Amino acid sequence: MSTVIALDRIAKVYGHGETAVHALRGVSLAVERGEYVAIMGTSGSGKSTLMHILGLLDQPSSGSYRLDGVDVAGLDEGAQSLVRSRRIGFVFQAFNLIPRTTAAANVELPLSYAKVSRTERRQRVAAALAQVGLSDRAGHKPNQLSGGQQQRVAVARALVTAPSLLLADEPTGNLDSRSTADILDLFDRLHGSGRTIILITHEDEVAERAGRVIRLRDGDVVSDTARTALEGKR
Amino acid sequence: MSAAEILRFALRGVAANKLRSSLTVLGVLIGVASVILLVGVGTASQQEVEESIEALGTNTLTVTASGSQGTQVRFTDLTAEIAEGLEASELTPDVASVSPVATTTATAVWDGAEYEVGSVVGSDEHYLEAANFEVAEGTGITESDVEAGARVAVVGSTVVDELFGGDDPVGEQISLAGAVYTVVGVLEEQSSSTGFGDNNDLVVAPLTAVQRTLTGYGALSQILLQSTGSDTVDAAEAEASAVLDGLMRVSSGETAPYSITNAAELLETQADTAETFTLLLGAVAGISLLVGGIGITNIMMVSVTERTREIGIRKALGAPRRAILTQFLIEATALSLLGGGLGVGLAYLASSVTIAGYETVIVPGTVLLALGVSVGIGLFFGGYPASRAAKLRPIDALRYE
Repeated sequence: MSTVIALDRIAKVYGHGETAVHALRGVSLAVERGEYVAIMGTSGSGKSTLMHILGLLDQPSSGSYRLDGVDVAGLDEGAQSLVRSRRIGFVFQAFNLIPRTTAAANVELPLSYAKVSRTERRQRVAAALAQVGLSDRAGHKPNQLSGGQQQRVAVARALVTAPSLLLADEPTGNLDSRSTADILDLFDRLHGSGRTIILITHEDEVAERAGRVIRLRDGDVVSDTARTALEGKR
Repeated sequence: MSAAEILRFALRGVAANKLRSSLTVLGVLIGVASVILLVGVGTASQQEVEESIEALGTNTLTVTASGSQGTQVRFTDLTAEIAEGLEASELTPDVASVSPVATTTATAVWDGAEYEVGSVVGSDEHYLEAANFEVAEGTGITESDVEAGARVAVVGSTVVDELFGGDDPVGEQISLAGAVYTVVGVLEEQSSSTGFGDNNDLVVAPLTAVQRTLTGYGALSQILLQSTGSDTVDAAEAEASAVLDGLMRVSSGETAPYSITNAAELLETQADTAETFTLLLGAVAGISLLVGGIGITNIMMVSVTERTREIGIRKALGAPRRAILTQFLIEATALSLLGGGLGVGLAYLASSVTIAGYETVIVPGTVLLALGVSVGIGLFFGGYPASRAAKLRPIDALRYE
């Protein structure tokens, strides 16, 4: 197995001097290809900050971050946006589809930023929508879709570039239990097909699906347990 | 991301808020249309003045008496002798013709109809050419008419309308203050917009006849000179002035009792005024275009703020700065170009209506300029909001609610 993510003493400090807030206090961890990791923690534990740094949406104050062996923390903005479009797929709690734009166009967006040819895009959009079971909703706009369907479109959008890493930030936070189950089943299937998934959650039942659970508290990793160990505890 | 796609996103942004977009477009539309129309009105008035200059002839000089100055007794009247002296002089190579002009008013009677003619002009055979009249029908005044003092007359179109009521006047006999003249010609109608009254309300007859029957042999009202060409007007003026000084015994340093005016010069001043007027109108219209541009900035700022989250999503999905910048720039430019295009259309529609008595002249240059400026406005006034959008950090944009 190759290492997808290697974090070395990542720290993030907001503000200066006495008012400084240490969101992350030197987190080091490695995620191998094909792993399904859940990051848990109460609010303020630094899990969102970690997620943003993993997704190159935010810069760490110190430490090194290697994605697929490339040091990405030091890249300039243009290069980072390229990395985002090619190697990372995002799923947000609030779905974050572009309004007034069809499901297919939403899914196509990262491909067009990644400069994929038009014919290839069409095939990949169709494939991604089929993978989340929404081929028949390609022409629908976000406001014509249910929350669960919107989140599945968002997952399709995250998958369509075949990224090294799928980052999901509380993907089921805004969903009812049935849609939650749909999305989690979808993640299970993706995990089964070898995708690397990192999801943030504070719900145990969501974390239970993951193969590895990392708990954060006050910016530090307090536990990092593989599933076999979790099962063993029960 | 291809240009077509960025364009599609931008146009979707424009279409997303139709009322807001159309109000913004309206601002630019009004600006562009007013620039084109007001410059058009100004240009029309300018062209009218220029046409008047051409109608007057550019090589005509008018000598008029300006009265005596100082205490010395001098010859202050312009007389036929002075005109003859001027004509006979060897020192005026650039003066092509000299026409003494005596003007009066008289009541013309024909077949029981009476008409008070605005000006009865007695002059010589060069007058019609010097005053830039064309004979439409019949003949003009000939040299032999002048020598013989023949009672022949050429009438202007107003006189034809008023006195003859549309009948053919050539060959008819009219009575001018009791003296009978035979009408030998009709003048081509002239434009009357020079600001000197009705140019067509006149009767032209030989000076000799007019002096004998109407004005007497006293002072002339003016002497009309023609230079040999439009480029020798200034030389002719200087030569005539020198000769007149001699004839009228003006010593150097004294103010001459006559003045020489070049009608074209006068109208050139008018033309300059018209040009200033055009500039002023254009500037006022330009300000409204500027206001329209500020409207674009305003609306784009709102649009960027409103879509901060969308910008964040796009950035998270890998949109480079350039894509965001181009998207918003194109959106702003689309708004301003739409306004510009509609403004040109409106200007064309409105130009068919006369504004302030002028047929608006649409100058192709202003159309191109206005369109170019509206694109420029989109880029310039859209630039700030667009760069603000492009510089947003994805994390801030995503957190924005």
